[in-house]
Formats: sequence, structure tokens, C-alpha cells
Amino acid sequence: MKVNETTGTSSDTNIKTRMKELGLSDDQLVEMFATMSKIRHFERMADRLYAAGKVHGTMHLSAGQEAVAVGLGLALEQDDYFLNHHRGHGHFIAKNADVNRMMAEFMGKDTGYCRGRGGSMHIADIEANNLGANGIVGGGLSLAVGVGLALQMQHKNQIVVVVFGDGAANEGIFHESMNMAALWKLPVLFVCENNQYGMSMHVNRATAKLPIAQRAEGYGIPWHYIDGNDLLLVYETMSAAVNQVREGQGPVFVETETYRYFGHSKSDRNLYRTKEEIDRWRELDPILRVRRALLENGILLEDQLDEIDQEALQVIEAAVEFAENSPEPDVSTVEEFVYA
Amino acid sequence: MPEMTYAEAIRSAMSEEMRQDERVFLFGEDIGRYGGAFGVSYGMLDEFGPERIKETPISEAAIIGAATGAAMVGMRPIAEMMFMDFILLALEQLANQAGKVRFMFGGKATVPMVIRMPAGSGTGAAAQHSQSLESLLIHIPGIKVVNPSTPYDAKGLLLSSIRDPNPVCFIEHKLLYKTKGEVPEEEYTIPLGKAEVKREGQDITVVAANIMVQRTFAAAEKLSAEGIEVEIVDPRTLRPLDVDTISESVRKTGRLLVVHEACKTGGWAGEVIASVGSSSAFDYLDAPMRRLAGKDIPIPYNRNLELAAVPQESDIEAEIRAIVNTKY
Repeated sequence: MKVNETTGTSSDTNIKTRMKELGLSDDQLVEMFATMSKIRHFERMADRLYAAGKVHGTMHLSAGQEAVAVGLGLALEQDDYFLNHHRGHGHFIAKNADVNRMMAEFMGKDTGYCRGRGGSMHIADIEANNLGANGIVGGGLSLAVGVGLALQMQHKNQIVVVVFGDGAANEGIFHESMNMAALWKLPVLFVCENNQYGMSMHVNRATAKLPIAQRAEGYGIPWHYIDGNDLLLVYETMSAAVNQVREGQGPVFVETETYRYFGHSKSDRNLYRTKEEIDRWRELDPILRVRRALLENGILLEDQLDEIDQEALQVIEAAVEFAENSPEPDVSTVEEFVYA
Repeated sequence: MPEMTYAEAIRSAMSEEMRQDERVFLFGEDIGRYGGAFGVSYGMLDEFGPERIKETPISEAAIIGAATGAAMVGMRPIAEMMFMDFILLALEQLANQAGKVRFMFGGKATVPMVIRMPAGSGTGAAAQHSQSLESLLIHIPGIKVVNPSTPYDAKGLLLSSIRDPNPVCFIEHKLLYKTKGEVPEEEYTIPLGKAEVKREGQDITVVAANIMVQRTFAAAEKLSAEGIEVEIVDPRTLRPLDVDTISESVRKTGRLLVVHEACKTGGWAGEVIASVGSSSAFDYLDAPMRRLAGKDIPIPYNRNLELAAVPQESDIEAEIRAIVNTKY
């Protein structure tokens, strides 16, 4: 069994060499920067819409975690299956979801991915093999095992990825799912997005032994523990993991260390962490790092980067316009969709 | 018509469907060489192999969760809980996942799966292996609940359950596994949500499912000698519940007793009585509607205590006599 504990080698230096090694073109890196910007703007906009009283329900924002979403998204094939939990907006955007329909769902509109039934916490695009965000911490883990089992039984070449947080790793279903996936060598990629907090509980106070990824060893699952704010490292690790899973060697576990800037949800008053801590992580901001690398390596100029960022914002503003102009679900349909 | 046991009828339905639909597979603990704790899948490993008689570790939550995931991407799993009690270990996956993903994702996900689970007391298995939890399950939107009483019904209802595009909890009774009945050779299905009048009578309607049908039959035969004719309505499916057939029977008899093994408080008898009470049958009632259910206690181990915990033939007989003798 291969155990690979990688400590974050920075992608900020020698980026050209690393891109070459990874087979990434300048255009692809620019595209990744654009997607990260789009996620950041989506999350900021969601926060603003809530503050403006335009959103009825709760949300879990992933600003700060964009490198995980985008690095993973690029490593996957479009038809790979995907499941996630709270804080899933970024993953969907990175997997090419339509931000109009996402925003419409967030605003509870009939044009949303789930026709306003799911909201931010349950965005899914079943037709695109995005099997949905789960509101139960760890709830998607065993579903992913089932998808992996089906793919194995159907002799398909797709894999299934399930993204969950550090909090989910302490649910009982985590153990059952890891064991079953390893036992049957199912094509499941487990991605633990460790953003330091399960709601207000710091991972150090919740988890007996860190890193979380080392638990995989107990199941005979190869694992990686990486800096989740290092886009190229995330992409490199995810690509290798995806290939290994696709080759039928069984599950792989990747833990990515990252950080969320916004609170857990709309009820969060940030009483459990300091401004200094947030500022420290902001210095490691994944978008800033890519931006700097693009600049320093002469791939893009400052105003070109600003332009991409502005375009991303416009896409999100257009999504808000689409959502605001969309109809509410018809109340007479409230009992639909319970049974097929 | 050939005779089959209830267990054989269930096995026959699973095997027939597995022969003609490669998406169907059996998923659970000790279902392979062992044949399942009650021998229901005995011999199926030889015919279908370990890929489709997929034995799992003791991981009920992951069994139901994985069955849900597999169903969402085109398979038709039949998951087995070794004892119905163990579904409590997997209620999260059943209620929050299997039962909700279709609705929560705007009608786009489909979860065609069956969960088979042996329920009930009478085997000395005590409190954690004897429960009847069907009332808990009917409270969860998105789930169907089937509760067959005979080998014939078990086969026809299981075929419908496997073909249904929704999660179906298929509740078997341990004491029924060895009971025999006529089961046709040819394929047939019984629609979910359709009750059957199992015995006709004009004096009282008794709604009973599963093991209680058999016990009510025995009571009805005795009462018949006294001139009391009992109509037995077996709902067969508890969700969706066929209120029309039950109400129609009550309009005819003017009296209603609902019998189940599940604990009385919050039991499905309350649902039947509320439904009939708010239907047109209410005007035809000649006596208060009543329920006879399991006592509100865990199932005890001792044989006599165990028998006293849930309705037996003599209890049903006494209850019917009391209702028939009641006048407003």
C-alpha cells in the first residue's frame, strides 16, 4: 500500500516547471483562476443577498476553499459522479454547473436545479451526475459507496467522488463507508475538506488524532494529506488519485487543509475564532496565490487579471438577475415529487 | 396450484426478478452460504453468485445508504435487514436519504429499492429482535410500506415492490415464514396500495395485516359458530393505505376493529380509525371504532409474557365479541 503524506510544496515558485510537469497550459491555469473567481463572487453575492433580505433560508459559504473545488473539478471527467455536503457551491461551479440555476435554487425559484425544493444545502443536478449536496453531515458517504458499487457491477469506467468536511469524519457512517469501499475496492474518491471547523468546533478539539487522512491506513486505503490552498498541488494530487481509482485499484483518500472565511451559516457570529486567525489564513488565500503566480510568471498582466475577475462578477450578477426574474414554484404543486 | 411457504414465495419472487432483470441484486448480512438468518435466500448464492447475492459486513447504515446510492444510478437493490429492529441503525439513510432525495432534488432522482425486514415477536428473541416498527416507517414521506400476510400476497407484492420506482419497506413476519399457501407457477403481481377483503361477513370489519390476519381468521371461525360473521380486510400495504376498501367494508358492517402487533401508542390503527372516521363510513357506525394492539412495552423474553404482550387469537375473539355487543 502506498502512503503518501505530502506537505504543501508551494506552487508560487517555479510555476512554469510545475505546470509543464502536470501538463497544464497557460490557458488552463487562467481558466482555473477564472473559475475560482466565479466561486468567490458567487459566495460573496450569496452573503450580500442574505444581508439584503432577499434569501429565505440558510447557506454555507465556501469562500477560501476554492482551490480544492477547482483542483478537483479539473481532475474529474464530466460524467464522473459527484456528491458533497455543506459548503458545496464551489464544487458544483467547478464541475460546470449553471450558476443561473444555482442562484435560482438559492433564491427558492422554480427555475432552480431542484425547483426551489432544496435550496443552498441540497443543490443537485442529477442529469449531470451531480447527485447532490447532503444536509446530513456524512450522509453522502454511504450513498457514494452505493454509487461505486453500482459502477463496479455495471463495469463502468466512471468514478464517484464524495466531498465531506472534517466534522463528517467523526460520524459513525464514515467508518462503515470507508470499510465497505475498501473491502470491495470500489471506485470511490474520498475528499475530506478540512476547513478547521465543524460549525464552531475546531478540528483539534474534535478529532483524537490528526491528520484525519491517516485513518485511511486502518482500512488499507492510500491517503494524501495536502495544503488545500495550493491549487496546483490539489490538482496534482487529485489527478493522481482519480487515475488510481479509475484503474480499479479501489478507493483513495485525500485530506485538504483549507479555511472558510465566512461563518458556518447565517446564525454564526464568529465568537469562536479571532480576527487574527482569519487574517493569517487570508495571507494564504488560494486565489491570491494563483493571481500572484500568474503575474510573476508573466502569464497575465494586472489589468487582465482584474478583467477576468470583473467578468466573473458579471456572470454572478447576471445569475442574480435570472433568479430574481424567475417565477416562484406554484404552491399548488407542493405535494409533487414525493413519489416517482 | 402448488403450495409454497411464505419464505419460499419471497425467494421465488426475488429469483424470478433477478433472472429477468440484471439490475436487481440482493444486499445484506449472511444472505449467501448461510441463506439469511431465516433461510429466505437459501440456495440463491448457487444460482446468482456472490456478485448479485452481495454479502455485507455488519453495517446496517451503510447497507441502506449504499442501496440508496446504487438505486440512484440505475440498480434495483433488495436490501435485507436481518431483523427489522436493525433498521433503527439505518433510519438516517432511510428517512433522510432514500425517502427524501427525490423531493429535495426537485423530482429528478429516483430510488427504486426494496428493504426486506423480518418483524414481530413469538420466537423468544426478546426486546431487540422482535419489534414491529411499521408505524414508525409509515410516518416518513417518500417511503412505501408493505406488510404481507400470505405466501400468495408475499410473492405478488414483492414483485411489485421490486418494480416500484420508490423505496419500499417490505415487512415480513418471522412466524409466517413456514406457513404454507397456494402460489401460482406463473408470474403475477399485486398492486401496492390495494387492500383485499380476505373474509366476507356482515357484522364487523376487522382490519388486520401480516400475522394478525391468520389470528383473526381463527377467531372469526369460532365466532361464526355463534352467528357472528367477521369481515377481514387486509390492507397489505400500509402506505399508501387503501382507505376506500376499508371504508366500504365499514359502511356494510357498521363496526370496526383494527388489530396490529405494533405498540398501541402512535400505531397505524390510529391512522385507519382517523381515516374511516373522517370518511362517509362514519355515518354508518353502530359502535365506537376500536383498536387492539401490542402493549406499550418492549417485547419480553419469557414465553408467557411474550404471548401476553401482543394480541393473540383469544384476545381478538374477545374484542370482537365486545364490539358486536356494544350499542350506541
